[in-house]
Amino acid sequence: MTRFLVRRVGQGVVVLWLITMAVFALFYIAPNNVARTLAGRQATPETIALVAHRLGLDQPIWKQYLLFVWRALHGDLGYDYYHQVPVTTILGAAIPVTGSLVLGAAVIWVALGVTNGVVSAVRPRSATDRSLTVFSLFFYSMPTFLLGLVLLYGLYFQLTLRGITVFPAGGYVPLAGGAWPWVQHLVLPWFTLALVQAATYTRLTRGSMLDVLGEDYVRTARSKGIGERRVVVRHALRSALTPVVTQFGIDVAALLGGAVVTEQVFSLPGLGKTAVDAINQQDLPVIIGVVLLASTAVVLANIVVDALYAVLDPRVRLH
Amino acid sequence: MSTDRATRPTGPGAGEPAAPPEEVPGGRRRIEGRSPWALAWQRLRRDRVAMVSLAVIVLVVLLAVFAPVVAALTGHGPDQQFRQDGLSPDGLPVGPNGTFWFGTDDLGRDILVRIAYGARISLLVGVVATALTVVIGVVVGLVAGFVGGFVDTLLARLVDIVLSMPFLLVAIALVSITGAGLGVTIVVIGSFSWASVARIVRGQVISLREREFVEAARSLGAGDVRIMFVDVLPNVLAPVIVYTSLLIPIVILTEASLSFLGLGLPPPTPDWGGMIDEATTYYTTSWWFVFFPGLALLVTTLAFNLFGDGVRDAFDPRGDRGATVVGGAS
Repeated sequence: MTRFLVRRVGQGVVVLWLITMAVFALFYIAPNNVARTLAGRQATPETIALVAHRLGLDQPIWKQYLLFVWRALHGDLGYDYYHQVPVTTILGAAIPVTGSLVLGAAVIWVALGVTNGVVSAVRPRSATDRSLTVFSLFFYSMPTFLLGLVLLYGLYFQLTLRGITVFPAGGYVPLAGGAWPWVQHLVLPWFTLALVQAATYTRLTRGSMLDVLGEDYVRTARSKGIGERRVVVRHALRSALTPVVTQFGIDVAALLGGAVVTEQVFSLPGLGKTAVDAINQQDLPVIIGVVLLASTAVVLANIVVDALYAVLDPRVRLH
Repeated sequence: MSTDRATRPTGPGAGEPAAPPEEVPGGRRRIEGRSPWALAWQRLRRDRVAMVSLAVIVLVVLLAVFAPVVAALTGHGPDQQFRQDGLSPDGLPVGPNGTFWFGTDDLGRDILVRIAYGARISLLVGVVATALTVVIGVVVGLVAGFVGGFVDTLLARLVDIVLSMPFLLVAIALVSITGAGLGVTIVVIGSFSWASVARIVRGQVISLREREFVEAARSLGAGDVRIMFVDVLPNVLAPVIVYTSLLIPIVILTEASLSFLGLGLPPPTPDWGGMIDEATTYYTTSWWFVFFPGLALLVTTLAFNLFGDGVRDAFDPRGDRGATVVGGAS
């Protein structure tokens, strides 16, 4: 186990290192006019050069990159170009927003997806199974932004029109500002994200439950006279959840890197929106910060998932 | 892979259409050799949902191909602005009526005509970017799995990197640098989605590499490249085809999401995602502005997904294993 962890963390670090290089190179190759934008429209070339010098943009790329890596290793991701706010501060402000969004949605999509999957698998090809399949494929095919707009139209606009103001149009209220306002602002984004995601989990649980329900040990359990409910929930579901756990780890990690579209629709100032704003301004330090954070989440999730796999399924050996 | 499929009590396969029933026409038992492809096609043809979805896809394709006809019939060009009768006196979009069946947008353009032209973009990106993805993925997967050793390690790392990158963020970053355009969108989607295909193909190839038929080909003097593409490739095509059919709707959604974020084709090109983006500020006053482009997008992706589902059942009647395709854009 220790050897596995060491090896995987080592590989993860290499992956992250290569990603930072790629992003750095990407933005260096691009026509960079941050200094010009910052210096203002009427700036002389000297002013622009001065601004570029202050930001370290006049240094050769490898020097800029080494400086970045050196600072990053000390927990300093630099300052954003426009307001000189530390990138770590910006990320720190955005993480709770994205975290609240993704984790809340995750609870809903797992509950919904796994329940539907089990119900489907218990009676395959029944009317229930078929309608649940159509239900999940419907939301699976739904663009997130469209679902967001539909929910906004129905539950914000139409209700508000009738004088019922339960759901706001968007924005974020920290949990510290009270649990109810926090929930109120997040319910629609939660369901937007969860309904789209749940479909995958329904399909996954269904398929894996069907496999497991055909195993010998399930037959043994049944022939011992254990009730069907107990066989399904205690015996089958437990081992059927392994692929679901894998998918869950990967999805949550990927979304923590920014549920870009959902955050955009509901104007939630999370990592995704922060990144999009930064990209529009070519604010390189912020972009790299978000990309690095998002990639770290994915790399970590992969390691955790693989380790967890071995814990859940004794047949899996780590090496 | 477990092998004792026959003993499962839960019905045939994993609940999907059973292996094709023995056909005994009129008591005359005729043994007929059918290729796996013919069998899959037969199963697919019997899948009513898949066939209806295919019909819907064909309709969307026809809509795209005959977009100029739609324009001619209505007499409205895709980018033509009808400021007189296409906008209300307050300058707001006009709802569906006899002249504008699906209403107009904020510039007084005919939404129906723009949807028809938008279908071209969605389908083009969906098909071309998916093809690019699959070609890169298959080649990388084949080489990694077949050659093995150092090459495999290197390519596996590359796959890890691509899969660890936050796709949508990097895509947005790339498009913002290069400027939006059809080619850019296709290349960006293609160059980030191939990794999952490569992973699937590599896994299959590794198990095929040691099989007798490869040995046989080699003893006949076939070179590596020939073995890879002539002997091994046909054996990995089934999962690739299944994956491809499930990938197309995801690619269409990704393209729409990029457009929605303002990184699609530059205006005034009609594009479903872009149209919905333009409509976001009007959704309270002009429902049709969001509704029709949204419906077009939803119907298209749903049809592709249902069809892809059928394709998977046809090729792999066993069930849902490996059904997870890389997430689109949330």
